[in-house]
Amino acid sequence: MSAHKNHSESSGGGLVKWIDSRLPVFTYLQKEYGEFPAPRNFNYWWNFGAILTFMLVLMIFTGIFLAMQYTPHVDMAFDSVERIMRDVNYGWLLRYLHANGGTFFFIAVYIHIFRGLYYGSYKNPRELLWMFGVVILLLMMATAFMGYVLPWGQMSFWGATVITNLFSAIPLVGDAIVTWLWGGFSVDNPTLNRFFSLHFLLPFVLLGVVVLHVIALHVTGSNNPLGIDPKGPQDTIPFHPYYTAKDAFGLALWITAFVAVVFFAPNFFGEPENYIKANPMQTPAEIVPEWYFLPYYAILRSIDFNLWFIDAKLGGVIAMFGSILVLFVVPWLDSSKVRSARFRPLYKWFFWILLLDCLLLGFVGGHPPNEHVFDGIDWLEFIDLGHVGTAWYFFHFLVLLPLLGKVEKTRPLPTSITESVLNGGDAPSGRLTKSVEGA
Amino acid sequence: MTDHENETDEKLESRRDFLYLTTGTVAAVGGALALWPFINSMNPSADVLALSSTEVDLSPVEVGQSITVMWRGKPVFIRRRTEDEIKLASETPNDLPDPQKDSDRVVNPEWLVVVGVCTHLGCVPLGQGSTEPRGDWNGWFCPCHGSHYDISGRIRKGPAPDNLMVPEYKFLDESTIKIG
Repeated sequence: MSAHKNHSESSGGGLVKWIDSRLPVFTYLQKEYGEFPAPRNFNYWWNFGAILTFMLVLMIFTGIFLAMQYTPHVDMAFDSVERIMRDVNYGWLLRYLHANGGTFFFIAVYIHIFRGLYYGSYKNPRELLWMFGVVILLLMMATAFMGYVLPWGQMSFWGATVITNLFSAIPLVGDAIVTWLWGGFSVDNPTLNRFFSLHFLLPFVLLGVVVLHVIALHVTGSNNPLGIDPKGPQDTIPFHPYYTAKDAFGLALWITAFVAVVFFAPNFFGEPENYIKANPMQTPAEIVPEWYFLPYYAILRSIDFNLWFIDAKLGGVIAMFGSILVLFVVPWLDSSKVRSARFRPLYKWFFWILLLDCLLLGFVGGHPPNEHVFDGIDWLEFIDLGHVGTAWYFFHFLVLLPLLGKVEKTRPLPTSITESVLNGGDAPSGRLTKSVEGA
Repeated sequence: MTDHENETDEKLESRRDFLYLTTGTVAAVGGALALWPFINSMNPSADVLALSSTEVDLSPVEVGQSITVMWRGKPVFIRRRTEDEIKLASETPNDLPDPQKDSDRVVNPEWLVVVGVCTHLGCVPLGQGSTEPRGDWNGWFCPCHGSHYDISGRIRKGPAPDNLMVPEYKFLDESTIKIG
């Protein structure tokens, strides 16, 4: 090891050298987070990797301390959460950090995903990196869902009932699978117990996939707002101190917003119904999932018709899971070689329409299907918006993405990152292309 | 000499391939079988199964009244139907999403016994309480996603694919049933 002295080996005292020659952690950190060459033109949308890492660590940390106080039993779970809120020292803080942490984790991950979609970060050679990201999203969703069941309120119980019942749509084996998931004939104590176990386990699985995500990132290197590869050292800067500082600054702003919600509006994203203990004999008037699941819920409910041999229930489930699974193949659906939407005049617009579409679906998911969107207008119900939103979502990925690459006339790419940065613009033509994402 | 060597090599190779293949297969099958106890441990346990039947005394229920009892952690709707309701239920329209005759859904037409769980996504339909909405067919109405059930518990309108499930039950005597 020491025979191959090179610049990436860490400097440091005798102890550091002693450890490093036996387990090269310092060399590794220096190489991957010290001098790691990153494109010099990141904007603040590139902060969310660091923010997400912080959120994951925060969730695991608060979760471990909450688990020391929580009792996973149908007769005691609800009361043990109230005890955390009232009697445990700083219990309210632990729980509010954890509950709102979930919300902010999802805000960050959705921004991170849309960042990737805008700048084409999923394209060659980062396909696998992107796919690990989709796995992370799925694990986050499963973990969040099971975590929401643990307080054993009305929404916990009925959310769990509705979501586990989705599996009964599977032909032939559906009912057996649901019974297996429940460990009984309804959502009950065995279900709560296993959800607690899995809610504790999955974040660590998630952490493992995050490590793979980051390793893959460090093999291909980061994408950047221009979407062109760095051509040499003049196009990159060392990760430290430049991006450690930028990440730290962005993270500080993020944490400020986060703790503002935790301290001043801790129940803003919550559902009052969940402060009522679970009652298997009474369904709440309306079952609404947490806000971050609303678009998927809208897609699930918008399939209210049979299609060939697929009945509405199975169709809804297929569409809902399909809306996430389609992300796995986005690198191959998008036929354009140009990564960044800055140089894709058509895709840029469709990107924003997709974002609006997802917000629309979220809006629809929060309302009963047959409610009128506007008072006094009888012909427009939320289900109609759900149909349109769902159709557009799949149209975007399955039709537009493959088609755009064939018909779109892309703008000329800058010859290098440096040239673009020094011109103060994005493309050789300069100021014409002031970026949208700054807005 | 070389020919002979090659022959031995090939023989060795195919022999080794065979060993790899069989070892691998045995390990894979063994591994899969070893998983079964873990998977099966998540199925309903003996104590859960032991609680899977319930006896109900029907004598206090008047004509036109409904009661809700708990069976396997789920509500069961028991309704003592009026003459009119029985007549209404005995009609079997052609356009039912899940066609079934009322006579196939009851033991005694006066008593309708159904699991009070919407076959869509498992909510408890409204209609048991006297002030609750009973839907367009005067049976039960699921508020979650708007499924309407008739007085035989058959799905008439909405996303639910099946009729309300009829549990296995039998009359122990005139006024007692055992569900499960």
